[in-house]
Amino acid sequence: MHGEKDVRKKGGIVVSARNLTVNYGKKTVWHDANFDVARGEFVAVIGPNGAGKTTMFKLLLGLQQVAGGEIEIMGSHPKRGNPKIGYVPQKHGIDNETNVECVELVKLAYSGNKLGFSISSRKENDAALHALESVKALDLANKPMSALSGGELQRIFLAEALVSDPEMLLLDEPLSNLDIRRAKELVSLISSVVKDRNVTTFLVAHDINPLIQFLDKVIYIANGKVAIGTPDKVLTSESLSELYGTHVEVLHDSMGHILIHTLYGAQDEVKENDYNASKR
Amino acid sequence: MLLNVDIIYMLHVMFRYQFMQHAFEAGTAIAIVAGIIGYLVVLRRTSFAAHAYAEIGFTGAAGSILVGINPVLGMLAASLAGGFGIAILGKRAEHRDVEVGSVLAFALALGLLFLGMYTGYATEAYSILFGEILGISSSNVFLTVIVSMVIIAAAALVYRPILFASLDEDVAEAKGMPVTLLGIVFMLLLAGAVSIAIQVSGVLLIFALMVTPAATAIRLAKKPVYAIAISSGISLFATWAGLIIAFYEPYPVSFFIVGIVFATYLAVRIIQRK
Repeated sequence: MHGEKDVRKKGGIVVSARNLTVNYGKKTVWHDANFDVARGEFVAVIGPNGAGKTTMFKLLLGLQQVAGGEIEIMGSHPKRGNPKIGYVPQKHGIDNETNVECVELVKLAYSGNKLGFSISSRKENDAALHALESVKALDLANKPMSALSGGELQRIFLAEALVSDPEMLLLDEPLSNLDIRRAKELVSLISSVVKDRNVTTFLVAHDINPLIQFLDKVIYIANGKVAIGTPDKVLTSESLSELYGTHVEVLHDSMGHILIHTLYGAQDEVKENDYNASKR
Repeated sequence: MLLNVDIIYMLHVMFRYQFMQHAFEAGTAIAIVAGIIGYLVVLRRTSFAAHAYAEIGFTGAAGSILVGINPVLGMLAASLAGGFGIAILGKRAEHRDVEVGSVLAFALALGLLFLGMYTGYATEAYSILFGEILGISSSNVFLTVIVSMVIIAAAALVYRPILFASLDEDVAEAKGMPVTLLGIVFMLLLAGAVSIAIQVSGVLLIFALMVTPAATAIRLAKKPVYAIAISSGISLFATWAGLIIAFYEPYPVSFFIVGIVFATYLAVRIIQRK
């Protein structure tokens, strides 16, 4: 997994934030963030619930106002409907009652913004099948989404994001309903997509462990602040204690898993705030 | 052979009556529209909103009876206004059961008041509540066909964006699609479809045309185009068969249509349980 350095050299900086601050209503979510992400990097966005991870995505998607500082994404300001971005939200209207074929969803992601009625076009179909193939889900093309497991569904959503051939992927909590084995399988698939397509990828997660071996960078959001760096720089007791403003211990087990232990209830407090914020 | 002759003779007798011709013309247009819009209703899980428009439409119809306007126009105007109202509150409003329910209860009460103030014969109210397709006038047939054609054309135009936004609204929004505008368009299409469908099923039985056939179809087909075709097919079959039965039997046509739709739904669910 040390080939990333080469990928990084290939591309320049695609996301650059300087003293970036965002608000939710009148409340500051996080402030004075500085980070750079290069083309083709695989970046995890980690932090407690409600710390502002999804807000980071809304910002990149142009759905969230900047309260202070600057952000540049692929050479311009964030804009709504950026065709260079493929987005997988945390919530979908799709569940175990959506008896619609997978390939239909991927086709709609390709041409759903077009007016007029068309039964099916060759181009649309080919694009959808190609996207499904790149996430190894060709065998699921004609299955209804209602019959898929959580991991299979996430692969379909990934194909939905890839069908428009984006330069950047934003994946919001794709691992949240998967057990550790399925999570690792999906992350390994995502990682190979990142490399094959040289697509810059941000992935929001609350558990770093399934990801850690594949990542180029970690963005850790907590306590209204943002830290960025390689996993071994950011995920240390010193760096996280500074971020939380309280004593944090990063524990390692024999399997290479880590456990971030926030003392004095700091994390619980943040969680509570976030829960209230998410309820609106 | 004998059976064929009988059916042709039977249809021949039936179509000699103009009210039967009218019922078939309007019923056919309504069944197709209900099948198309119903699929999107089921996909978006907004069947409660469909019910709400029907009851708001009742108020409009009762109000127009009171002031002497065509009740179908009143129905159309009231449910379109209601549709616009719910849509601008955003997609979440479609699922705010308590708010929508409270407003529609008041709308129904208002309709009751209008009917109370009306000194004419109360049979009008009965036909709005339970449908009376056999009594449809030729001008209302014309109005129904025109509204149906507008809805079908509009639905075909915005088919893909609405389908995508119904399946995966957050992704559609991130792609820069106007999801709020699409929500308004959908709600207006739904309100229009409901207000013409009321003539067949009535306010209280609107579910049977706008929801049940589509809910059956979505279990049978996983391609949207096929599901829409099946949904319209079930509505058409139920409407035609219901009209034919009601011509020979002295019972309300709405019962037969709703009964056939429900039997189809039940049959599909039972078969799929195995």
